[in-house]
Amino acid sequence: MDAGTGYTIEGASGTWEVVIGLEVHAQVISNAKLFSGAATAFGAAPNTQVSFIDAAFPGMLPVINRECVAQAVRTGLGLAAQINLVSRFDRKNYFYADLPAGYQISQYEHPIVGQGTIEIELDGGITKSIGITRLHLEQDAGKSLHDQHPSKSYIDLNRAGVALMEIVSEPDLRSPEEAGAYLRKLRTILRYLGTCDGNMEEGSMRADVNVSVRRPGEGFRTRCEVKNVNSVRFVMQAVEAEARRQIAVWEEGGTVEQETRLYDVARGVTRSMRSKEDAHDYRYFPDPDLLPLVLEQGWVDALAAGLPELPDAKKRRLMARHGLSAYDAGVLVAEQATADFYERLAAGRDAKLAANWMLGDFFAALNRTGRTISDPPVSAAQLGALLDLIADATINGRIAKEVFEAMVETGDDPAAIIDARGLRQVTDTGAIDAAVAAVLAANADKVADYRGGKEKLFGFFVGQVMKAMAGKGNPALVNDVLRRHLAGGG
Amino acid sequence: MSLDAATVRRIASLARIGVGEDEIEGLRTQLNSILGWIEQLNEVDVTGIAPLTGAAQMALKMRDDVVTDGGDPDGVLANAPERAGDFFVVPKVVE
Repeated sequence: MDAGTGYTIEGASGTWEVVIGLEVHAQVISNAKLFSGAATAFGAAPNTQVSFIDAAFPGMLPVINRECVAQAVRTGLGLAAQINLVSRFDRKNYFYADLPAGYQISQYEHPIVGQGTIEIELDGGITKSIGITRLHLEQDAGKSLHDQHPSKSYIDLNRAGVALMEIVSEPDLRSPEEAGAYLRKLRTILRYLGTCDGNMEEGSMRADVNVSVRRPGEGFRTRCEVKNVNSVRFVMQAVEAEARRQIAVWEEGGTVEQETRLYDVARGVTRSMRSKEDAHDYRYFPDPDLLPLVLEQGWVDALAAGLPELPDAKKRRLMARHGLSAYDAGVLVAEQATADFYERLAAGRDAKLAANWMLGDFFAALNRTGRTISDPPVSAAQLGALLDLIADATINGRIAKEVFEAMVETGDDPAAIIDARGLRQVTDTGAIDAAVAAVLAANADKVADYRGGKEKLFGFFVGQVMKAMAGKGNPALVNDVLRRHLAGGG
Repeated sequence: MSLDAATVRRIASLARIGVGEDEIEGLRTQLNSILGWIEQLNEVDVTGIAPLTGAAQMALKMRDDVVTDGGDPDGVLANAPERAGDFFVVPKVVE
């Protein structure tokens, strides 16, 4: 388990390792909430998506949403995890203004999903298997706004009761890079499964980061939990900031106390949340309003049969079928839309050439134009047509780049651009013969040098001929004709 | 099992119930007698019997993923001690 990035931090007194476990709260994609019929859509007017159940009116009873259960099971299957056919809901008791019932319905002792794994990819083509401890279903809380009034907080319960999956990892992560890779991979899997949109900016995926440090070879020391970190970059920064803080505490002869902390993005440090001192005394007990959640194996099997191809499987298939490198395949499967684009592009074509074009010119064009794979400046069909025109020797590779840039700019099809701009490749050997003869005549001295043994000049002649032909010469034919002329033939 | 006064204070604090010092001893006695009564259940031999979470021996009923509720901020806010627009208003709760 220790194969990975080999990341350590040098303290004043020697080397420290960092141990990280992540608890990710992923908002379930569903129309209605976990236990009520109110809507889940983001951005609605305050308190318009709230049922009396979500607002904890007396006497209201929760009824579970089948689709939320299915989404949790799909996610468990996607994490190669054990699905528990019997699970149970518990009340997690705490007081906060945006939790009207005074408890959150969650799963404590008997979660719906047990142990699983996620394979993460690190720099240098290393992969590492990270254990998943469990996944359970729970309710989200409402939203508090603290900046509307000097002495009051405003509460919107639209989010209260929306289904969350809490996905807990084993303390298998050893560096900020590994933590980042884990979050990105988890997000990719959730997006493939369609169980969470993974949108950290809108808060539909948030991470609690457990960090401890230790000397190499030691057991675990006390950990601290950094709550509610909302981007991959901040998680990586929070890990490093918290690890350095703990190292300083230990090295000064102190003791790290288990506590809940917050990451201060502006200052790049973590700070204690003192108000949470009692917070771990949640007094869980089984929710008397809810019976055990019992699933049929056949229902789980049907969900399994309906899963899409997941990123690891897709990556292996792209590598095996198309001979792509692990790195290229990894980039292409990171987003499902990218993989779909690639597969449409590569179908019936040179798959490696297709990958090179996508990872090179196409991605560069996306970056430059600020467009996304779902709204690209050049469609898969258009880029495919360009590759076909290279394959049938209508244009050469160099002209293809020029055509591609014109496609990005105008949105036109490649054939139209080639015709309009007269970029068709010259395969007429008469024209190539004439261009070669003219270049050789104008460079008689270099021809003599070449014949005298300076064979590196061949590239120079190719360049001159291509220039004379405005780049449109068929490279293979130009090479043939040049060789023949230089060998003294006509 | 016997509760001490500190545990009674902690339970009250976690439940956000204000309890005066003069009430602690009375509550401690009452809670201990309730716990003693419950503890009689430990005399029953439950070896090999699965835990029971409810009296009804049936599985949880599920509903379809359809929006059937909401759109009633006035109803939801009807009992709010204070509101601003369609928000609940509470004393500031940020650190």
